[in-house]
Amino acid sequence: MHHSAERSLSTYLTGFALAVVLTAIPFALVWGGLLTGPAVYVVIAVAAVIQVVVHLVFFLHMNFKSTPGENLFFLGFAAVLICIMVGGSLWIMMDLHHRMM
Amino acid sequence: MLGRLTIEAIPLYSWVAMGGAAVTVGGGIAVFLLITYLRAWKVLWTDWLTSLDHKKIGIMYVVLALVMLVRGFIDALMMRAQQAIALNNEGYLPPEHFEQIFSSHGTIMIFFVAMPFLTGLINIIVPQQIGARDVAFPFLNSVSLFLTAAGAGLVLISLAIGKFSTAGWTGYPPYSGIDYNPGVGVDYWLWALIVSGVGSTASGINFIVTIVKNRCPGMTYMRMPMFTWTTLCISILIAFAFPALTVVAAQLALDRTLGFHFFTNGDGGNMMLFANLLWIWGHPEVYILILPAFGIFSEVVATFSRKRLFGYKSLVYATACIAILSFTVWLHHFFTMGSSANVNAVFGIATMIIAVPTGVKIFDWMFTMYRGRIEFHPSMVFTIGFMVTFVIGGVTGVLLALPPADYLMHNSTFLVAHFHNMLIPGALFGYFAGLNYWFPKAFGFKLDAKWGIRSFWFWIIGFYLAFMPLYVLGFMGMSRRMEHYADPNWQPYLIVAALGAVCVLLGIVCIAIQLYVSAKNWGSARDLTGDPWNGRTLEWATASPAAPYNFAIVPTVRDIDAFHDMKLGGTAYQPAAAYEDIVMPKSSGLGPVLGALSFALGFAMVWYIWWLAALAFVLALVCVGIRACDDESEFIIPAAEVARIEGAHLGQITSADMHDMRDFQPVGPASGAPLPGRA
Ligand code: HEM
Ligand SMILES: [Cu+2]
Repeated sequence: MHHSAERSLSTYLTGFALAVVLTAIPFALVWGGLLTGPAVYVVIAVAAVIQVVVHLVFFLHMNFKSTPGENLFFLGFAAVLICIMVGGSLWIMMDLHHRMM
Repeated sequence: MLGRLTIEAIPLYSWVAMGGAAVTVGGGIAVFLLITYLRAWKVLWTDWLTSLDHKKIGIMYVVLALVMLVRGFIDALMMRAQQAIALNNEGYLPPEHFEQIFSSHGTIMIFFVAMPFLTGLINIIVPQQIGARDVAFPFLNSVSLFLTAAGAGLVLISLAIGKFSTAGWTGYPPYSGIDYNPGVGVDYWLWALIVSGVGSTASGINFIVTIVKNRCPGMTYMRMPMFTWTTLCISILIAFAFPALTVVAAQLALDRTLGFHFFTNGDGGNMMLFANLLWIWGHPEVYILILPAFGIFSEVVATFSRKRLFGYKSLVYATACIAILSFTVWLHHFFTMGSSANVNAVFGIATMIIAVPTGVKIFDWMFTMYRGRIEFHPSMVFTIGFMVTFVIGGVTGVLLALPPADYLMHNSTFLVAHFHNMLIPGALFGYFAGLNYWFPKAFGFKLDAKWGIRSFWFWIIGFYLAFMPLYVLGFMGMSRRMEHYADPNWQPYLIVAALGAVCVLLGIVCIAIQLYVSAKNWGSARDLTGDPWNGRTLEWATASPAAPYNFAIVPTVRDIDAFHDMKLGGTAYQPAAAYEDIVMPKSSGLGPVLGALSFALGFAMVWYIWWLAALAFVLALVCVGIRACDDESEFIIPAAEVARIEGAHLGQITSADMHDMRDFQPVGPASGAPLPGRA
């Protein structure tokens, strides 16, 4: 009991540290002007996606071993929907951008 | 101190606007006085507003929806009157006022009529259909209700203090941006959406968890009643779609209030992104409104055809397909933005595909009726009216799904006719069917059928009169949202449409009379068994109105039509050998308080009263903190009390009240062939 409480505290702290770092990177890049152009967007997007995974793993304790299949199914479903929405938006707006050039 | 709120905000500029304000304020005062006169404040507060009972919350949602329906419908009547007379003249409404009216009509009908109506029906029924004692998060449920009410309050108060948006219910920038619309109207619209949108998202999450976690033993996914299935699907849609609305509204609010540039041409903003994000929410939203009605039709058609629902599995899969496909079609709302052929083709074809599962459902309902013993109860009549009328709307929708055709029809009255053709039969008729069908479950007595049928006839005839001319007018080139026009050929059609609206008005009056007459004669229409229509699903197993805990003993389910199965097997209406203590959530006043605070927050943001906004926000956080620290949020109904309530209920039921189930007994080969299609 005591042991597992300690372990979960340490997972929370690891997760928190990772989340802070992943938030700091995009802010630092933009504020410090370290990167410009499309590369910034890519880095921000990648940091955001990793951040999502960090939250799922360290805060919601999701993994392929102990998480019930139902939850994984819902997570997969959510991922598909988000891909449709984000991917669709990117496609539509890029297409528009292209046609406006 | 009061931001930009000055005495100018009172609409002294036009008699129509002043009249609207007077009716709203007068109505509010009248309700206040009536409650005071009846000395009902205490009862209202302790038994209703603070209640966490999902059935009472549901009833309050439906009351909100009906009140707002009247308001939204008055808007519609005013527009119809204006367009009937405004040939080559200004009519009686100045353009700016007309614009406010169509904006508030659309906003109210979608957010404050349809959404609360369906959420209310879901609240009353779904926990009972799945054999649960409550929703997963009863307190959150109350907060959702009061956030929705706060949003509605913002729209209502804009009549008396300031103005409402003139940018339509979709509020596209740049017109809704601060440069073109510096007043408070768009802000009222935005904050009404943000506040109520948070409430809707919370309801969605609440019902996903309720349905996934709180089902009674034996209630597998493939045994859930259709209404529960549609609720699960739309709750998922809500959870994923509403955040898009909240984000896009917050972005526009940032643009307007803090000078951001998400949707302006300056600094890299792009207004088409607004259209894109709005419709990512907007298309799923129309299915959020329609699918629960499909669920209601499924329940009603099976009960009143006295048959098992035909093609249960295909209905489940069709619902799930519609839910997923509804996320893949949003571009059809802005084909005219001018995407490339590939983009248009993908979204156009996806739109046409979505008609297929919908068609499957229509056939399932027809086959359920086939050779059934149909009883023309008002809810069944609404269902049949829906099936006929909805198909017409579906066909015009497939027509609009063709990008080239859409280029001609976009923003014409053809479109207005199309979406009313979907929403009035496809959503409202469903909710009315649900009202007639489940009213006894909520109140313990039946609604008067005669007035129900009358309301149906006025609604459907009024609908055809009001909207078929708009299809024609669309082909004749009339755009939507026109305050006046110059083509004399249009006027006859617009006069017919106005007559249609008057007919719908009579339909609404009939519903009011129906409620009044039924309440007056309630003693003679009581539902003692809890099962007035020989229903099939589990909600009919509880008393009418159900005890606070719904089920004294959590039932075990063996079949899709769980209660029908219990009646056939003789296990219905049996007292339990022993009852146990039941834990229920205590009432909480924090829900209404949070609603009031979010109303204050919205109002303050509209008028730039920063101190009030900050105060309301901090106090809201404090409320959440108080609730989080409250470890005694539940109380116990002792077993003896449960036994007393159950005894009283079962004692009322005589065998004469019970339905004759002999017709439904499976007929063995020896005693002759079973009737085809009988369950
Ligand atoms: C009950 C009978 C109803 C009548 C007579 C009616 C009438 C109208 C009229 C005249 C307009 C303006 C058309 C134009 O722009 O030229 C309109 C717009 C609209 N209606 Fe209705 N309506 C009714 C019910 C509903 C319902 C039940 C809903 C939704 C659940 C609804 C949603 C809308 C929306 C979203 C708009 C668009 C508002 C805008 O242009 O921004 N209406 N309606
Ligand atoms: Cu759509």
